[in-house]
Amino acid sequence: MRGALTRKGSVRATALLLAGGLVLAGCASDEDGDTDSGGSGGGGGGDELRIGLAYDTGGRGDRSFNDSAYAGVQAAIDELGGEVQEFSPNDGGSDRVEGLANLADQGYDPVIAVGFAYGDSIGEVAEDFPDTTFAIIDSEVAELGIDNVTGIVFAEEQGSFLAGVAAALKSTSGQIGFVGGVESPLIQKFQAGYEAGARAARPDIVITSEYISPAGDFSGFNDPARGQILAQGMYDAGADIVYHAAGGSGTGVFQAAAASGKLAIGVDSDQYETVDDPAQQAVIMTSMLKRVDNAVEAFIGDFAEGNVEGGTDIRNDLETEGVGLSTSGGQIDDIQTQIDEYRDQIISGEITVPTTP
Amino acid sequence: MSALRRAGLALLGPLLALVVALVISGIVIASIGEDPFTALEVITNLGETPAAEVQSIVVILNRAVPLFLAGLAVSIAFRMGLFNIGVEGQYRLATILAAAAGAAVNLPAPLHVLFIIVVAMAVGAVWAGVVAVLKVTRGVSEVISSIMLNFVALGLAGYLLTGPLRGSAEGAGIVTTAEIPESGRFPDLTGVLTGMGLAEPRSELFGFLVVAVVVGVLVSVVLSRTRFGFDLRATGLSPSAATASGVDTRRMVISTMLLSGAVAGLIGLPDLLGADYEYGTEFTAGLGFLGIAVALLGRNSPLGIALAALLFAVLDRAAPLLQFEDIPASVVTIIQGTIVLAVVVANEIARRLARRSAERAGARATGSPPDGGGGGGPGTPPTPDVGPDGGHRTYTGVPGEPEGARP
Repeated sequence: MRGALTRKGSVRATALLLAGGLVLAGCASDEDGDTDSGGSGGGGGGDELRIGLAYDTGGRGDRSFNDSAYAGVQAAIDELGGEVQEFSPNDGGSDRVEGLANLADQGYDPVIAVGFAYGDSIGEVAEDFPDTTFAIIDSEVAELGIDNVTGIVFAEEQGSFLAGVAAALKSTSGQIGFVGGVESPLIQKFQAGYEAGARAARPDIVITSEYISPAGDFSGFNDPARGQILAQGMYDAGADIVYHAAGGSGTGVFQAAAASGKLAIGVDSDQYETVDDPAQQAVIMTSMLKRVDNAVEAFIGDFAEGNVEGGTDIRNDLETEGVGLSTSGGQIDDIQTQIDEYRDQIISGEITVPTTP
Repeated sequence: MSALRRAGLALLGPLLALVVALVISGIVIASIGEDPFTALEVITNLGETPAAEVQSIVVILNRAVPLFLAGLAVSIAFRMGLFNIGVEGQYRLATILAAAAGAAVNLPAPLHVLFIIVVAMAVGAVWAGVVAVLKVTRGVSEVISSIMLNFVALGLAGYLLTGPLRGSAEGAGIVTTAEIPESGRFPDLTGVLTGMGLAEPRSELFGFLVVAVVVGVLVSVVLSRTRFGFDLRATGLSPSAATASGVDTRRMVISTMLLSGAVAGLIGLPDLLGADYEYGTEFTAGLGFLGIAVALLGRNSPLGIALAALLFAVLDRAAPLLQFEDIPASVVTIIQGTIVLAVVVANEIARRLARRSAERAGARATGSPPDGGGGGGPGTPPTPDVGPDGGHRTYTGVPGEPEGARP
């Protein structure tokens, strides 16, 4: 009898621990969705900009994609005035539609959705709020045929091609790696461009590409520990440069690089400038810039001037400087001319970069 | 009277826990410099206009339906003392296969929906059955195997989605299965709302709500009114006693896990058949884990789980709106977490109190009368209603049961 009792007791204790742990895990990965910029106070003006910004998984503070979008909004507000209201979806992503709809419902206009995850919901919400202007980053909307949505897309494969060229030229071991966050079509564009660029610059290069999580499991963008494990494995196997397209998991890649005394390539923002650990800064050879900030700022500028066409996609590539390589730290200065040659060949159309690996 | 009191006592624990959790969460909100009462106001305010109110109710119900099914799936295993942590993997795998199967066939409307439901339940049951088979044949703890099978299920779903079951165009940002045709979709209940004279909401109310209610009633009847349910609960309370009285525990493990998995297979269907019509990389995740919290909060009873699911849904609805008041959405997670912890702690305290009073009553009944204060505390005369019979029943009965706890 006692035995049964204690067993039941321990079962319950386990339940408590598990539930608590899961909930805590939920908290930990939720980041802060807080807004510090809503201090508009008496923003009574009718033409005051009220921008709604809906983040991708992870929210603001990822030092990468979401932060870049925020920087663009801030720059636009610095210039044009106004305020921003941010929204971060929950971990399961079940409240994306409601988040967008609430932003529009509260009168925010334009509403900018950061990330292709909103691709499913934005059409639905835009039809419910025909008077609000929407934009979505990383998703094409032209075929949806809705007038009040603009797609802002990037030629990530072109920037990644140059990252591949840089990695291949700088590698001494002849082995390089790629760590993707989630095995989705978007991240495969990074991989495809990177591999093509590396092979173009050095046909005998050995490339290892791995993803943190499979399609449908978005934990890969927010899991530095697993990013570190994958990258460490590549460095241990002989790679000396690893390029990551893994959002918030990228810090793990930098940690692995710092621990092994090897190099890494950042993504989205100029990560040489955004990491705060000097040891990590030293390993960031370059970053593949995806100028979400510029694109967002430009879109808001167009909106303020009433120039948003709607129903179209704005494509940002090497030619428009929507993507490119950062030079902070000066580690790729010696190969800059070769990189520029490839850049010119892509812009002129001599090289067509694949979008699938 | 006693049933009423028992129900009151059963509700008192969770309600107290809710109050404690709200106070703790309030302190947390206050400590980050925001006003807890604003948060409470945001959570409880459904909207300014009738249309907004109805919309909020629809959002809450649409969220509560999958949470309820998830809690139910977890609770079936819980009742037998089994931990099905694998609900997450079971529903993800069931949903993708049901979505693909539903898109592949063309049947008349009611049959088509039924077919999808059957496929989902079968897949969920099979995936949970793996856990059961491992447990009875190899002695593998279901906690370990079900957690690990989550990763296998997610990987498998990812492979299927990007490989053989891919229905979306090459290069599309979101990978999905092919879309389920009109006949395989579940009709929504928005008509019922407008028929009741309510304003038309922006979103549609999931018709799957009806299925969830039916499943809830069925599970409730099976657990409390059938031989199977009795065996299940008996095994959960004391495996050795159940075995001694002729229950085949191994068979019970398998059938319980199959049932739990079958219900888990339904979790994704409200969204699949009511809104998305396809399984994709953006399909709602995490419901299986939330189900554990919902089951704990609902104390494993279908009615309690329904209330718990509604409570979680109310909190989830507020997450975007809290952000508009400069309160982090994590507050919702904190409230949910503290509620569950408070409920578990309250249950444990109630159980210990019950056990202590049961033991005291037992000791009093068996202790020899001449000794007087042998078992009971000094100066506590035996109460009249604890006669030899009552004391005996307590002594042999399962400790912790309410009847043993009656003072």
